[in-house]
Amino acid sequence: MAALSVMTGGGSWFLALALGVTLLKCLLIPTYHSTDFEVHRNWLAITHSLPISQWYYEATSEWTLDYPPFFAWFEYALSHVAKYFDQEMLNVHNLNYSSSRTLLFQRFSVIFTDALFVYAVHECCKCVDGKKACKELTEKPKFILSVLLLWNFGLLIVDHIHFQYNGFLFGLMLLSIARLFQKRHMEGAFLFAVLLHFKHIYLYVAPAYGIYLLRSYCFTANKPDGSIRWNSFSFVRLISLGLTVFLVSALSLGPFLALNQLPQVFSRLFPFKRGLCHAYWAPNFWAVYNALDKVLSVIGPRGFLRCLILCALSSFMFGWHVHEKAILLAILPMSLLSVGKAGDASIFLILSTTGHYSLFPLLFTAPELPIKILLMLLFTIYSISSLKTLFRKEKPLFNWMETFYLLGLGPLEVFCEFVFPFTSWKLKYPFIPLLLTSVYCAVGITYAWFKLYVSVFTDPPVGKTKKQ
Amino acid sequence: MEKWYLMTAVVLLGLTVRWTVSLNSYSGAGKPPMFGDYEAQRHWQEITFNLPIKQWYFNSSDNNLQYWGLDYPPLTAYHSLLCAYVAQFINPDWIALHSSRGYESQAHKLFMRATVLIADLLIYIPAVVLHCCCLKEISTKKKIANALCILLYPGLILIDYGHFHLGLALWGVLGVSCDWDLLGSLAFCLAVNYKQMELYHSLPFFCFLLGKCFKKGLKGKGFVLFVKLAGTVVASFTLCWLPFFTERAQALQVLRRLFPVDRGLFEDKVANIWCSVSVFLKIKDILPHHVQIIVSFCLTLLSLLPACVKLTLQPSPKGFRFTLVSCALSFFLFSFQVHEKSILLVSLPVCLVLSEIPFMSTWFLLVSTFSMLPLLLKDDLLMPSVVTTMAFFIACATSFSIFEKTSEEELRLKSFSVSVRKHLPRFTFLPRIIQHLFIISVITMVLLTLMTVTLDPPQKLPDLFSVLDSWLINSVTSLRKSGRGDPRQREEAPFTR
Repeated sequence: MAALSVMTGGGSWFLALALGVTLLKCLLIPTYHSTDFEVHRNWLAITHSLPISQWYYEATSEWTLDYPPFFAWFEYALSHVAKYFDQEMLNVHNLNYSSSRTLLFQRFSVIFTDALFVYAVHECCKCVDGKKACKELTEKPKFILSVLLLWNFGLLIVDHIHFQYNGFLFGLMLLSIARLFQKRHMEGAFLFAVLLHFKHIYLYVAPAYGIYLLRSYCFTANKPDGSIRWNSFSFVRLISLGLTVFLVSALSLGPFLALNQLPQVFSRLFPFKRGLCHAYWAPNFWAVYNALDKVLSVIGPRGFLRCLILCALSSFMFGWHVHEKAILLAILPMSLLSVGKAGDASIFLILSTTGHYSLFPLLFTAPELPIKILLMLLFTIYSISSLKTLFRKEKPLFNWMETFYLLGLGPLEVFCEFVFPFTSWKLKYPFIPLLLTSVYCAVGITYAWFKLYVSVFTDPPVGKTKKQ
Repeated sequence: MEKWYLMTAVVLLGLTVRWTVSLNSYSGAGKPPMFGDYEAQRHWQEITFNLPIKQWYFNSSDNNLQYWGLDYPPLTAYHSLLCAYVAQFINPDWIALHSSRGYESQAHKLFMRATVLIADLLIYIPAVVLHCCCLKEISTKKKIANALCILLYPGLILIDYGHFHLGLALWGVLGVSCDWDLLGSLAFCLAVNYKQMELYHSLPFFCFLLGKCFKKGLKGKGFVLFVKLAGTVVASFTLCWLPFFTERAQALQVLRRLFPVDRGLFEDKVANIWCSVSVFLKIKDILPHHVQIIVSFCLTLLSLLPACVKLTLQPSPKGFRFTLVSCALSFFLFSFQVHEKSILLVSLPVCLVLSEIPFMSTWFLLVSTFSMLPLLLKDDLLMPSVVTTMAFFIACATSFSIFEKTSEEELRLKSFSVSVRKHLPRFTFLPRIIQHLFIISVITMVLLTLMTVTLDPPQKLPDLFSVLDSWLINSVTSLRKSGRGDPRQREEAPFTR
C-alpha cells in the first residue's frame, strides 16, 4: 500500500501524463490508417523473409525500402515479434494484408516504441530550469513542456492514426538535444549519428549539429567577450567526433558496402535525378550560410536549438518533395524554447497552430473528423492558455493581427469541411479546400520563420548576458 | 473561474474519449434477427416517425411489440421522433417502415453516434461541469480533477445508448441543491418521463423537498413551496402524457409496457441479491410470483427507509447526495426485474460524492464497471473497457491521492468502528482491512476478466464467470452501503447485507 501511495503521490504527474496519453493511443487503434501501414507491413515482410542482399532490391510491392539500414534492422527486430501475432503479414506477396491481429501488432509497436520518446521528454524537462518558483504544478515550465511534447497533436495523429514511427525517432533527436544541453557532447553526437541512419530526413538539421559541435566542443574555451579563442582548438575532440560518426556509418552501411550495393541504397534513399540535386540542397546551404556568421557568436545550447529549428523550417519552406509531416521537425524542438522566453512562446504558438492545422488534410475520413477537431482544440487551447499564464507578467503574446489570423482558422475549417462539400463547386473545383488550407498555413509558417530569423539576429549574444 | 482552460481541456478530453470508444462495435452489430440496443433505438425512430401516436405502444401489424417494442415513457418516444426528423433529412432509408429493419451502414452508425455525442455535450457534460464548479471547500485544481474523473467513468462511456435521463436527473440534483427547487423538480420529472428507472432516485428527491418545506414551516412559506412543487410535477407529467390521456386504454397500455411485472424477479445475470442468492436457493421456483413481488417490495422499502427519514428531518445537499446513493443501491439490490445497466443509476450519485469519499467511491465505480463486463464482452468492447478503466483508475489515484487518505475518518466509518471498539478495544485496524480488501478485489477482477476472455467455462456451469462477478460486486456494494453514515451522526451506520 505504501508503494502505491508513493506512486500516486506528488512526483508522479509525469507518469500520469505519459500513461494517460498511452491509453489515449490505445483508444485510437481502430481508427483509419493510411498506405503507410502497408508500407511498414511490407518492410516487415522484406526484412524477415529475404536475405540482406535482397533488401534494397526487392520490388514486388510499390512501397520499396527507402529508409537507411538501421530502420531496416529495426523492422527486422519487430518482425520477430510479429510472427507471434500473425505469420501471414510476413509474406512478401500478401499485399495490403491487414488482419485484425496485424493491425493490433503494428499499432502496439508504435505505442511501445514511443517509450523512447517519453524518456527523451523526461530528460528534456531536466534541462528546463524553473526560474520562477512556482508552487502550482500546472504553472511549472516542466509540466507545460511535458504536456506540449507528450500530448503533441501532430505526433498523435501522424503516428497513431495515419500510422508512422516518428515517436521514437523524435525521441532520439530530443535525447541528443538534451545531451547537448547537459554538455555530454559525445553522446549527443553519437545519438544524432544513429538517428541519421534511421531516417535520413534529419540531414536537414545536420548543419546545426555540425556547426555547434565544432564551435562549442572542438574549441574548448572562449574569450571573455564570448567570441572564439582560436588557439583553443582541440584536434583530439575533432577526431573523436569524426570517429564516432564514422563508426556509426560503418555499422550501418558496412554490410552494403561489402555487397557492393551502396549505389542502389543511395538511389533508394535519395530518389531524384542529378539535375534536381542542386535545387534540393542549395536552399539549405544558403540558409546555413546566412546564419553562419551570426551563429559563430551565438554560443550555448539555446543558440544551437534556434539554428536547428531554422534549418528544419528553411528546408521545409524551400526544400523539394517535402511532406507536410516534416513540419513536426520544427515544432517539437521549438516546444523546448517556448517555455523559456515569451518571444519564443509566441513564435511557437503561431508555428504549432498553423503547422498542426496543415496536417488536417491527412485525415479526410468522416469518423476521424471529430477526433481531429477535438484533439486540435485541446492542444491549441491548452498551449495558448498555459503559455499565456506562464508569461502573464510580460507583454501579451500576440498582437491583434496574429490573433485575427489564428482565429481565422476556425471559419476556414468550417468552410472547407462543412460548407464546401454541399456547394456546387465541389464537382468542378474539388481542390479548393486543399488549396485554401495550404496557402493560409503557408502564410503563418512563413511569418513564424521570419520572426525566428529576426530573433536569432537581434538577440544579444548569450555568452555576454549569462553563464552557460 | 480561473484555470477555465484546464476545465475546457478536461471536457474536450472527455468528448474525445467518448467518440473514440464509439468507433468500436455497437451492441448487436451484425447479429440478425434481433440485433441489439442500437437496432432498438433505430426502430423507435422508425415507429415514431411513421405511425400516429395512438399506435406507438400498441401491438399491430405495423408495430410488432415483440421486435423492440417501445417500453420507455413518452419523452423517449418524442426524442426518437426528433432524431427521426433529422434522419429523414439525411437519408429516409434509415427509417423507412418495415424495410429499414436491421439497417446497418457506416453513415448510419456515424449518425447514431453523433446524436448520442450531441446529447451528452448539451445536457450531461454541462451538468457535470456545473456540479464540480459548485463544490464547496475545495481548490480549483481539485474541482477540475473531480470533473476529469467523473467524465472518465467508464460505465457511462461504454454503454452505447444515450444518457439523456442521467443528464436530466443531474440537472435535477443541481437545481434542488442550489435552491432552484422548481427548476430542479421540473428537470427530474422530465428525467422520470424519459426512463422509468429514474424512479430509483425519486424517493430522495421527494424526502429532500419535503424536508425543505417542513423547515420553512408548514404554515406560510413551506406550504407555498409545497403547492408550487406539486403544481410543477403535475404540470410536467401532464405535458408529457397529454396525447395518452385521451383514452383510458392508452394510458394503461403505456403503464403495462413500462412496468412488465410479468417478466419475473430477474433476468439474465445481474449483480443483485436475488441473483446471487438464487445460486443456492432457487427463489424463482420456491416462491409464487405475487409473493416474489411483495418480498422484494418490502425488502427494498426496509433498506431505504432510515436514510429517507433522516433526510426529511435534516435536509442538506450533502445528505441528499448520500441518500441518493443509498436509495439507488437499495433498489438495485432488492428490486424487481433489475437490469445490469441499472447499476449506472447508482454510479451517477456515487460520482457526485467522489470528492467526499474518494477511496470508496473509486472502488465502487471500478466494481460497477466490472459488473457490466459480460455485457461489454458480448459487444466486443474488451479493449475500450480495459483502457477506460485504467484511465479512470489513474485519474482518481492521482487526483485524490486515494491511497493516502484511508484513515477511519476519511472512510466515514468512524462511528462504526468506535462502537465496535466499545466491545473489542483492539479494533483499530479497520482501514488496513479495507485497503487489503481493495487490493484483493482488484486482483480478483483482473483475474476474472482474464479467465472470462481466455478460458471457456466448465460445461456444467456455463455462467460460472458471470455469477462469480455478481458475487464480488454484491459484497463490495454491501460493504459500501455500510459506510453510508454521516460521521456527525450519533447512532451506528445501518449495516445491511
